[in-house]
Amino acid sequence: MVDAPPARRTGRARDTAGIGVARAVTFVSPALVLIGLFLVFPALWTIYIGITDYTLTGTASVAPKIVGLGNFVEALDDALFGNALWLTLVFVLGSAVIGQNFLGFALAWLLRGARPALRRVVESLVLMSWILPSVVVAYLWIALLDRDGGTLGALIGSPGTAWLVEYPMASLVVFNTWRGTAFSMLLYSSALAAVPPSQLETARSVGASGWQTVRDVVFPHIRGHVLTNTLLISLWTANDFGPFLLTAGGPNHASETLPVFIYQQAVPSGRLGYAAAVSVLLLLVNLVVSAVYLLLLRKRS
Amino acid sequence: MAGIELAGVSTVYPNGVRAVDALDLTVADGEFFALLGPSGCGKTTLLRTIAGLEQASSGSVSIGGADVTRLEPGVRKVAMVFQDYALFPHMTVSENIAYPLRVRRAPKPERAETAARTAAGLGLAGLLERRPAQLSGGQQQRVALARAMAMSAEVLLLDEPLSNLDARLRLEARTFLKRLQRDLGLTTVFVTHDQAEALAMADRIAVMSEGRIRQLGSPRDVFQRPADTFVANFIGSTPMNLLPAQVRNGRVEVAGAHLDPGGPHPDAPVTVGIRPEYLHEAPEGITGTVSIVENLGVTSLVTLECPQDVTVGLTVPEHEEPPVGSVLTVAPRPGRLLLYDSDTGQLT
Amino acid sequence: MTPRQVARRLAYTAFMAVVLAFFAVPMLWLASAPFDSDPGLGLRWPDWTLTNWQVTFEHPYALSSLVNSVVLCVVATAVTTVFATLAAYTLSRVRIPGRDALLYVLLLLSSVVTGTAAMVPIFVMMFQLGLTNSQYATGLVIAGGLLPAAIFILKDFVDSVPRSYEESARVFGASPTQVLLHVVLPVARPGIATILVWAFVQAWGNFLLPFLLMRDVSSQPAAVLLRTLRDEGGSANLTVIPVFSLLYAIPVVALYLFVSKRYGFRFHGGIKA
Repeated sequence: MVDAPPARRTGRARDTAGIGVARAVTFVSPALVLIGLFLVFPALWTIYIGITDYTLTGTASVAPKIVGLGNFVEALDDALFGNALWLTLVFVLGSAVIGQNFLGFALAWLLRGARPALRRVVESLVLMSWILPSVVVAYLWIALLDRDGGTLGALIGSPGTAWLVEYPMASLVVFNTWRGTAFSMLLYSSALAAVPPSQLETARSVGASGWQTVRDVVFPHIRGHVLTNTLLISLWTANDFGPFLLTAGGPNHASETLPVFIYQQAVPSGRLGYAAAVSVLLLLVNLVVSAVYLLLLRKRS
Repeated sequence: MAGIELAGVSTVYPNGVRAVDALDLTVADGEFFALLGPSGCGKTTLLRTIAGLEQASSGSVSIGGADVTRLEPGVRKVAMVFQDYALFPHMTVSENIAYPLRVRRAPKPERAETAARTAAGLGLAGLLERRPAQLSGGQQQRVALARAMAMSAEVLLLDEPLSNLDARLRLEARTFLKRLQRDLGLTTVFVTHDQAEALAMADRIAVMSEGRIRQLGSPRDVFQRPADTFVANFIGSTPMNLLPAQVRNGRVEVAGAHLDPGGPHPDAPVTVGIRPEYLHEAPEGITGTVSIVENLGVTSLVTLECPQDVTVGLTVPEHEEPPVGSVLTVAPRPGRLLLYDSDTGQLT
Repeated sequence: MTPRQVARRLAYTAFMAVVLAFFAVPMLWLASAPFDSDPGLGLRWPDWTLTNWQVTFEHPYALSSLVNSVVLCVVATAVTTVFATLAAYTLSRVRIPGRDALLYVLLLLSSVVTGTAAMVPIFVMMFQLGLTNSQYATGLVIAGGLLPAAIFILKDFVDSVPRSYEESARVFGASPTQVLLHVVLPVARPGIATILVWAFVQAWGNFLLPFLLMRDVSSQPAAVLLRTLRDEGGSANLTVIPVFSLLYAIPVVALYLFVSKRYGFRFHGGIKA
């Protein structure tokens, strides 16, 4: 509208659509109830369970006692927790921050000018690997990486390598890059579409190389997208249960990321209190990462 | 048919901005009325307050003698065409036009019949099954008008009716709107920031700024005798000359010249207002050096550098442009010199 | 072409070939193994047969688990789409102080909590409420996790719908319900469809929540059953797994093909910097 500057517009009447308070409450509350019940409440309850000795079976399952910070102290002392934290870091850095981010951007950048047929095929495959159910995907990779007759072994002519056993973390990193690149590719595609073509043409007209164009023209435009994308895929990867389906944390905890560790502690071992405490620590790490990201994003604007 | 009456209307936003400030206004039955003003002057808010999309914080709004201040928009018998036309993209032209009838749950044949009749009246007959996205800007505007007409309202409101059209179409639409309004005889209020539109179309104009009406009058009044320097500045396609001056002994001293004020006036510092169109070459008057000549088509705008750092603009007919650097003496046509109080800016 | 351009062309082609192979090779198994008379884990040209399919259909839980998946998925998708649409529309149009901050916190919380961090309390809560082994309850839990992101994406979408549409309808006398039904829902349809598809894919593929909450094999959805096929008897059931994987994947693949053909698979505004 020509009439008033945007800042004023937002100050305009609170309810231009004529929804009314009663209707507004009716429309919003079902969603809020579910979110409160299955998201906010569990998050808070995790903290409470984390300070008890609650177990799945036995006496503590009937009458859990409050043990204060005992579980947290134990976790920080637990070599397996340290191991899980470290593996999670490797997993996130390797497959999300580096793998999905770079491959996603490279695909978005290189597919811009590609022939439509090639573009369609590549995008379809990348997207398919993203939307297939995780259990199916796990079988695909078990088949690919199996020791006896696995496709990869056959392809590179060295059958007999049990990739998931000998190189579990490397396998998981490659797997998760394959699994999640689609999101980064989509996000960067839409971000690149918003870079003014005139600026790209200016860069080309002064003879900038592809890399110089990306660094000087494209990156300043999509910095916010890079941050958003990196945060989201990092959080998703850190909380991803996919590794369980491929290696179940094995062999001998060699690929036991935090989500798998929490599951192993909670259900098979039945130590609900301890698992909840580790969940809280995972939540804290997530929150720290999000806070750093928000700071970076604010600095930008 | 109905007139509109606003008494002491204020519209205040939640953030405390008084968009419309204790405003009184009467629009006569069948009048074509313009709300004119710069961005943020409150004209759109006033229009939306009449429509009922904003609630007046105080004062009252009456339409056809009935108080509608607290009524919902849909029951005020007011139709409105939005600046972006707000045609529903998922409906055909016919469905769009008949939408007011659909709301009232009119039977389908009646809707189709009304849509076809209204569309035919506006030259849209062949377009009934199209979607808005398949229409030109001018056609979209006419569909929006048709939809407003289909409501059989007593008052028609238009928000910046010409701003979404390109320059050439705008002139056509101006003529079209004026004829349509005259034929329908519908009380019509439109908002515009373009003074030329207001002057060309409206029966009366309210010039607004900061939520208040600065001047209310016919296009001729507003153009020839702006009530204050704000209006003087705002109206006219070439800006009015507003020159610092002093009245002494019944003469106006301006830019080293002595002019006739056209009536008795006490001695005081004043601002002299003269439209460039009302200045012409004269044996006596303001003398200056021609610095710029701008071609406006039939006329040219000449800028004179005068004594006391004063710049004066005047228009001259084609082929009569003075050469740059030449010296020119100009005087206003009799009765076209306006004096404004230099403190309040009001016409004296 | 200069030698440098030739080199670049070659590098480009090689990169694309590697990418294609990287993404395609793992999937080929899904095309060959279901039809192979002696399905193994490796990839090979199948010795064509349909007996695997017969065996799969005779599996006591295979087909019923797909039905369970449908029930769970329909509940989660419908609840997510309907609730998110209503909430997003309201949040977009009614000014509530702190709305954007709240939405952002919920979004972050959902991407943090839904994965694994709330595993313990959700399990405990549903266990104590006696709601384990219920597709409806599990569907609601999944919907609770999907809602913040769904509202976030949809609100962004509704924000971009001009308010003049609704105001116009109001001027013509439409009631709030009519505004919603006649104008808002049809105009927001692409956004709602996006959420519908997204929620469906998420719920259909979700493994962890049903794995935790559905302990009874007859009520388990396909995701959990497919996983169990590997563990039962210590070794993988290679006759049923490939066919069942394919069956289980088909709805998602079909949905993808439909969406990409109809709308193109793109982010529309959606996620902003």
